[in-house]
Amino acid sequence: MIASLKKKETYVHYLATLRFALYCITHPLDGFWDLTHEKRGSIAAANTILILTLLARVMKLRYTSFIFMTVYWEGINIFLYLASVLFPLALWVVGNWALTTLFDGKGRLGQVYMATCYALTPYPLMQFPLMIFSNFVTVDERQFYTVLSGISLVWAGLLILAAMMQIHEYSLGKNVLFTIASLFAMLVMVFILLLFFSMITQGISYFISLGREILFRL
Amino acid sequence: MRKIIKRVGVLLTSAVMLIGSSMAVCAADDGTYTYNYDYWEDVQYSPDAYTVSGVYTSVDLGLDKNLSSPQGMFVYDNLVYICDTGNNRIVVVERVDEEGFVLKQIIEEFKGDVEINTFSGPTDIAVSEEGELFIADKGNGRILKLDADLNYLMQFDKPVDNTLDPTLTFSPNKIVIDTAGRVYCIATGINKGLIKYENDGTFSGFVGATPVTYDFTDYIWKRLATEEQRAQLESFVPTEYDNIYMDHEGFIYACTGNVTEEDLDSGAADAIRRLNLMGNDILVRNGEVPVYGDLYWGEGGGYEGPSHMYDITAFENDVYVALDKNRGRLFAYDDQGRLLFAFGGNGKMDGYFRQPVALEHMGQDLLVLDSQDRAITLFTPTEFGSLIYQAIDQFDAGEYTASGETWQKVMDINGNYDLAYIGIGRSLLRQERYREAMDYFELKYDDDNYSKAFKQYRKEWVEEHILIIFIVVFAILIIPLIIGRIKNIKHEIDIADIFRT
Repeated sequence: MIASLKKKETYVHYLATLRFALYCITHPLDGFWDLTHEKRGSIAAANTILILTLLARVMKLRYTSFIFMTVYWEGINIFLYLASVLFPLALWVVGNWALTTLFDGKGRLGQVYMATCYALTPYPLMQFPLMIFSNFVTVDERQFYTVLSGISLVWAGLLILAAMMQIHEYSLGKNVLFTIASLFAMLVMVFILLLFFSMITQGISYFISLGREILFRL
Repeated sequence: MRKIIKRVGVLLTSAVMLIGSSMAVCAADDGTYTYNYDYWEDVQYSPDAYTVSGVYTSVDLGLDKNLSSPQGMFVYDNLVYICDTGNNRIVVVERVDEEGFVLKQIIEEFKGDVEINTFSGPTDIAVSEEGELFIADKGNGRILKLDADLNYLMQFDKPVDNTLDPTLTFSPNKIVIDTAGRVYCIATGINKGLIKYENDGTFSGFVGATPVTYDFTDYIWKRLATEEQRAQLESFVPTEYDNIYMDHEGFIYACTGNVTEEDLDSGAADAIRRLNLMGNDILVRNGEVPVYGDLYWGEGGGYEGPSHMYDITAFENDVYVALDKNRGRLFAYDDQGRLLFAFGGNGKMDGYFRQPVALEHMGQDLLVLDSQDRAITLFTPTEFGSLIYQAIDQFDAGEYTASGETWQKVMDINGNYDLAYIGIGRSLLRQERYREAMDYFELKYDDDNYSKAFKQYRKEWVEEHILIIFIVVFAILIIPLIIGRIKNIKHEIDIADIFRT
């Protein structure tokens, strides 16, 4: 692993896979097919895109003009803010994989993650320039920003759909059905997590109160 | 030994009690009396804008017997007319100096050939330029017009209108008059708006009823409900106003507390409206916070629900102050509907109220009538308050530089005062110092003014740097062309026949 870091080919491959993200977002059906079937994507590039997405999201807070984004800094928790991307992503990847693997989905867990991250590419790609652009406009020109910003989200959303369709080798109808099912699976997982944590909390507090009671009696 | 300890103990307790009592005295001055809301709708405590210069009880006013649940008050010049409702009389006091009132007159009856020459529970009074008195004689169901010597001139009776319930007893509650002698009246049980009389006493219509709103679910419920259920449901009728005030431009400020929390929240109902002659609402609402007093309605100190705006008064500079009966607070807004400051509370200390019912202004001083305390509280602006008014006046008069300097002084007193930043910014904007103005607007999130300044700044910047911009654009367009041409020539040379050997 470490030895491979010294080889030049590793970096050439990494950059090639990263550059392939640009091909994916413009030719989604073809691109996402090749991503897994032709092995033209890599987890390293997917991680890079994810980190760039997180970075864009955090930097937006500070560097977007206050016309578009006023931030109540007292109420910002940077870890929670990052989790607002990471947590749904993790749920989506696990939920989607868990469902599709039961219904002839060809994508593996790593591939679902990789494809989803590749599909996020438009977000950092558009939000970074928009962030700079926002500082050069007035309220009257607000529409340019909001429309472009909206496009980046819709684009990424459509790409995720296309990506799932290609890596699982699904038809369009089946893909839509399983996208909705995956969203439902995410809800179920959230419910189970909440249940789990509240049970744990109650369990711990039971033993704490038991310990206290014993200490009082001593 | 034990004795010494005891003595020290006694000394200590008395010292603690002394400190405690002095703290109780200072309680009004712990910095939470006056406040404002910032951009985030957080409460920002501020220095006092008004301070109590005196509380005048019946004794201080020189009355023979106590005021009895007084309801209305009117200020004309330096005269204060108080409707002593429970005692069926009008008390007139004169403000002789900064802090003193002397009794001028007690009106218990008037001259003229009418059946009843006395009042029955007068609730409001208005005085015209000529000194004529207009009195809402609620118990007798009439609005009286008397001349300055208390001679009966005429009266305004229950309006003759087919839509009114004939069995309804007319009980005029609050009145205002305009310069032409027309009378506008709020009467209990009449919710069609303000009753408008011409100066000859004829009824000329209802104006300014609040728009009736209902949503689709209400409609469905009404459809499904039986006859009896429908009778129990809230009926969709306009709300009655609580009080009105005629400002110097002839517009009527009307306030009401008869609104539900949901309606206030959704903007379907207004606590304060400014009515023009047609009865349309022309109140400007450009502030960051809505014009309905307190933003937080949680239970606190036994009071809950939104502010109940019970009376309102407006200064010459279009700043208006509304009185919240619920929490005993006063809210001042400027002509753009931005909250200037809020202060007050319920309690028995000076500057706090038990049942405030009427609010008037004398110059820039505020007078609040408390019907349970049977007293008038006189507020005078502090340096902070006066500076705010001064800055607003200077800006309105076009003295932008001076206004900016005054706002700077306001900011020196209270660094958390958002309007000071915006005021300085607007002043800089007028002085065409756009870059500095942008900084001030950005600090307080004023995007509209920021954009105005930025637009000008951007224009200036482009005009100054037009040469550089031109060169850069030119370079971006031309250099690739030239490079392409050179490569082309190189290629042609490479494949040219004469160099092949």
